[in-house]
Amino acid sequence: MSVVLSEKDRRMLNGEHGQAAKLAMSILVRMAEVYGATEMMDVTQAHIDGCGLLSDAGLEFAETLAALGGKVSIPTTLNMVPLDVQHWREQGVPEDYAAKALRQIKAYADMGCVPTCTCAPYQGYLTPRFGQQIAWAESNAIVYANSVLGARTNRYGDYIDICAAITGRVPKYGLHVKPNRKGQLLLRLVDIDPAIWRDDAFYPVLGHFLGRVAEDKISVIEGLPAEASSDQLKALGAAAASSGAVALFHAVGVTPEANTLEEAFQGDMPEQVMEVHFSDLLTARAELSTVETGAPLGAVVLGCPHFSFAEFQQLAQIIQDEQGQSVHPGVQFIVLTSQQAFSLLQRSDLQDLLTAFGVQIIMDTCVFHSPVVHADVKVTMTNSGKHAYYAPGELGVEVAFGSMADCVRSAIKGCVCRGEASWIES
Amino acid sequence: MDRIVIGKPVIAGSAEGVALVSKQALSLWGGLNAQTGEIIDRRHDRSGAIVTGKVFVFPQGKGSSTASAILLESIKAGKAPAAIINCKLDPILALGSIIADELYHRTVPIIVVSQQDFDLINEGDHVVIEPHGTISIKAHM
Repeated sequence: MSVVLSEKDRRMLNGEHGQAAKLAMSILVRMAEVYGATEMMDVTQAHIDGCGLLSDAGLEFAETLAALGGKVSIPTTLNMVPLDVQHWREQGVPEDYAAKALRQIKAYADMGCVPTCTCAPYQGYLTPRFGQQIAWAESNAIVYANSVLGARTNRYGDYIDICAAITGRVPKYGLHVKPNRKGQLLLRLVDIDPAIWRDDAFYPVLGHFLGRVAEDKISVIEGLPAEASSDQLKALGAAAASSGAVALFHAVGVTPEANTLEEAFQGDMPEQVMEVHFSDLLTARAELSTVETGAPLGAVVLGCPHFSFAEFQQLAQIIQDEQGQSVHPGVQFIVLTSQQAFSLLQRSDLQDLLTAFGVQIIMDTCVFHSPVVHADVKVTMTNSGKHAYYAPGELGVEVAFGSMADCVRSAIKGCVCRGEASWIES
Repeated sequence: MDRIVIGKPVIAGSAEGVALVSKQALSLWGGLNAQTGEIIDRRHDRSGAIVTGKVFVFPQGKGSSTASAILLESIKAGKAPAAIINCKLDPILALGSIIADELYHRTVPIIVVSQQDFDLINEGDHVVIEPHGTISIKAHM
């Protein structure tokens, strides 16, 4: 079975639209065969993840496409990039690394991508609309676009993203097609005390649990509060897309394809039903930490995915409640964000407060890609399920997971401390 | 005794090597160091193992979109597994191998097998993969 191409697809594949479009279409057609797709379809927006990791092969791929004259044919945003574009020197990023990183960013910019440089593109420029067919890469952005916005993308990996952006085409397959978006696994939240909903740690913990049990299946959560915020759903999705291969979840009464349970399952029965108890969340929460309370702390990392302005407000409030205390001298307090959220922060009166506390704001990038965490840091603490999942492997550190308030308190004390009040089993 | 199973080639090719078997899904980004071939997901059942030159047998890919980039870079660096055998298709892994073919004319063959056949492959077995998906498994003595 091979894929049926449109006249324009065939012209691109033959090189009539240039050598970059030819290479991009050739990769897409080979992926169509992998998917078992029988036709191609249009997408109207793309988000590039291939710009984030700096590797020799990735740079070569981007520069090859750019040198072949590649240009995006649809609005295309960039994920976080390998460094803070304006401040890398003062952050101690080595020159040779920076030179390659800047070449990689230039290659994508030359192809017409918008240099948004954020892993939370859904909270900024060019947010997709409900039902829009898009080609997004970056696991947390994929799950948010599908689940919370109701846009339609597959779990695209690095480098097919730019192929879709250049051609405006993808294989018609998977989550682009409505019947494939129906729920499979019903997760019923039982005996969860609503008090825990106010703890921002609840969402990444639930996400971590969901990813582990769902693997690549589409879960439907029943019992999530209707007031769940964009930032909370962002944290849930990012954790789920780290512990699992999750590209879409529904939450009844919360996400747009799940106004009712029936709608979430498109009228069918769940393949599997699972009750989620408070004890499951306790286990999931414990899995996110590799050190005990009391361990000496090297760095706090917030903003994985990138901090929104609302999260800066939340952080400022917590710092204010600590009444003039500041970060312990041995601790680095990093907040990762986008230029866009930072520009809102600059317009507010919160920035001085954060700076006085000892917050180091890093834009455009990620601690897993840009070498900004000090080399002697042995333990990081975070409120992000995604950071907690990947930090031991990517940074070679131990990790502690807690709420944002726990992170602030730990940074002041210089060791991991956690407010356990809402996490004590009743 | 040798066993033969038939898988579905996702990325067709010939390969042979010693099986490195995991029962857990893995995100290659955050899970594999492309420069050393070491599994670096510290929560994974094969953390610390080296995939280079092995037939890497694990249920499925998961997690990061950058998994394709890590597979590509490991191929360029000469640290990739000889082949990958999964139970479930992960298109992001296939993508890494396809890009490597486009750039360097080198691939890592990827085969998908049933759960039943997956369970027949044990750590240390000598595995030979043929382009149409035949997998010969010689048990480790």
